[in-house]
Amino acid sequence: MKMIVAYIRHEAFEPIRQDLLDKGFPSLTITEVKGSGRQKGITEHYRGADLTVHLRPKIKLECVVEAKDVGVVKETIVSHARTGAVGDGKLFVLPVEDAVRLRTGEEGEAVLQAHESDEIPTGA
Amino acid sequence: MRSRLFRAGPLALLAALIVPTTAFAGSAELQSAIDEKLDPAIPMATLWVVVAAVLVLFMQAGFAMLEIGFSRAKNAGTGVAKILTNLSIAAICYWAVGFAFAFGSSNVLGISDQLLGSNGFFLQFAGNPAEAFPVMELSSASPEAKFLFQFSFCAVSLAIVWGSTLERIKYSAYVIYAIIFASIIYPIGSHWVFGGGWLQDGDTPLLPTGMQDFAGSTAVHLIGATGALAALLLLGPRKGKYGPDGKPRAIPGHSMPLVGLGVIILFIGWFGFNPGSTLGISDVRLADVAVVTLLGCAGGIIGAFVMSQLRLRTIDIGMVGNGAIAGLVAITAPSGYVEPWAGPIIGFVAGCIVVLGVVAIDKRVDDPIGATSAHGLAGIWGTLACGLFTAPRLAEYNAFGNPEGGLLYGGGFDQLIAQAVGVVVAFSFVFALSYATFAAIKATIGLRVTEEEEDAGLDIVEHGMYGYPEQFIPAPEIGGASTGPAARPVTAGGASEVTRGAPTPEEATA
Repeated sequence: MKMIVAYIRHEAFEPIRQDLLDKGFPSLTITEVKGSGRQKGITEHYRGADLTVHLRPKIKLECVVEAKDVGVVKETIVSHARTGAVGDGKLFVLPVEDAVRLRTGEEGEAVLQAHESDEIPTGA
Repeated sequence: MRSRLFRAGPLALLAALIVPTTAFAGSAELQSAIDEKLDPAIPMATLWVVVAAVLVLFMQAGFAMLEIGFSRAKNAGTGVAKILTNLSIAAICYWAVGFAFAFGSSNVLGISDQLLGSNGFFLQFAGNPAEAFPVMELSSASPEAKFLFQFSFCAVSLAIVWGSTLERIKYSAYVIYAIIFASIIYPIGSHWVFGGGWLQDGDTPLLPTGMQDFAGSTAVHLIGATGALAALLLLGPRKGKYGPDGKPRAIPGHSMPLVGLGVIILFIGWFGFNPGSTLGISDVRLADVAVVTLLGCAGGIIGAFVMSQLRLRTIDIGMVGNGAIAGLVAITAPSGYVEPWAGPIIGFVAGCIVVLGVVAIDKRVDDPIGATSAHGLAGIWGTLACGLFTAPRLAEYNAFGNPEGGLLYGGGFDQLIAQAVGVVVAFSFVFALSYATFAAIKATIGLRVTEEEEDAGLDIVEHGMYGYPEQFIPAPEIGGASTGPAARPVTAGGASEVTRGAPTPEEATA
């Protein structure tokens, strides 16, 4: 199992979510975060004084998939998140030791599989 | 410090109880009305003055919203308690002594009415109402209406003081200064300028003619802003306002929409402030004054908008709001003395002044709201503007100042000099007393919260609560902790052996 952590632009998230769902990866978590990188901050002008904000808002996206699926998820994220401009973000892949589905108590990779009967939104 | 305040409480209560209980002074009017002999001009003027007073009291909401919007979220709640506390203290002090000092005749204690009024403490006055408050004798409004109106001005002036002190002043400083301000500083200062005192009468060699201040560019706005400056100099800037290089840094207020709401409430309230200063309706001057006020405000907004674009290369939201206030402040003194054409000019100049003033003042001292510019500099300009734009017919009609009008009407420099002397005197008097008061507060109980308290914010430090709790307390901590499901035994999948395969705490930290 691997965890994919991606720091992306806000506007990139919705197409990624839709595409991952279509490919069978509905489970993900996002957090609104602020961070710095090569992208410069923005300067706020307020009553004649300036305030440079170095931290820019980004979306942090996390999802855990089977090791064999890392490639397709990675490609999906990159394909939507890349604009070519500074500030697109970064993606990391981390190993995951174990998993528990809280509702059923299932453990390990079984957690990553959707149940037949589970309601999964079909998108659109 | 707290205990000292509490000990003063019972004393104040005792003082209130021994005040003679008498009927309202208007009982003569009441009897006349019952006898159907009452001159209809009296209820009409009284109604207008009370309505105008209520409009001016509404400006307290404007000041509250303006200050709260220009504060950070951690200091948003304190403004509510502060504005209400100040209003209450000012009401009682102004009723007890302030109104008598500001507008009373001096036939009681034998003091020259050029310096100080002394009739009408607790609204109990000797003689008939017109003679008791001589500068307002031409108005047929009841003395209670006049008191209410003049008190609302005192409350505005006091509210202005605190604009420069946001986010760092101790709450107890408000209370003490409010008592001194509403009892002594404002009543005496305003008496000199528009309560029939020596500046207005102009009977001294210092003044070529009487000073003109129709509704208080100096008497209300400059006096308030001068108190703000005195507080500011002793208080120092907010933490983090100036970088290591000494350059000012922006500390953005948390809500420009609230600033906007505050400005527009003030704008509406001003139509009680200036037109109400006619103190009557029989000459329908109130509509003329309202038009001039509107035009002054419009000029102020346009001036600030243009100057913000030129000087700051952006249309600063707060500055446009400051421009509206500056235009209104500047037109306040001339509103009863100038023809409508002068309104936009006076306002426009004030709008330009406020933008340049805020930027210049910000380089040295930290005035988060721009009170010293919007009320101080614009107040000075508005007062001087009478010396330029006063129309002879209106100077004659109001019977103050040079009946030949301002400089532009060929009245010469007399009026301008009188206005300048008035500004200097009012500023010096108020600054000296305010600085002494704040210095005394600073030396005894302290003027400023500690650095840790400033970091935490005045809401939690002074009031034990937040103005916006959800921003500071995570939602699960607000009533959520006790409502979650209880622990249940695990039945499937062996998840009770949940530690299997998961790192032990030792492994996790390794």
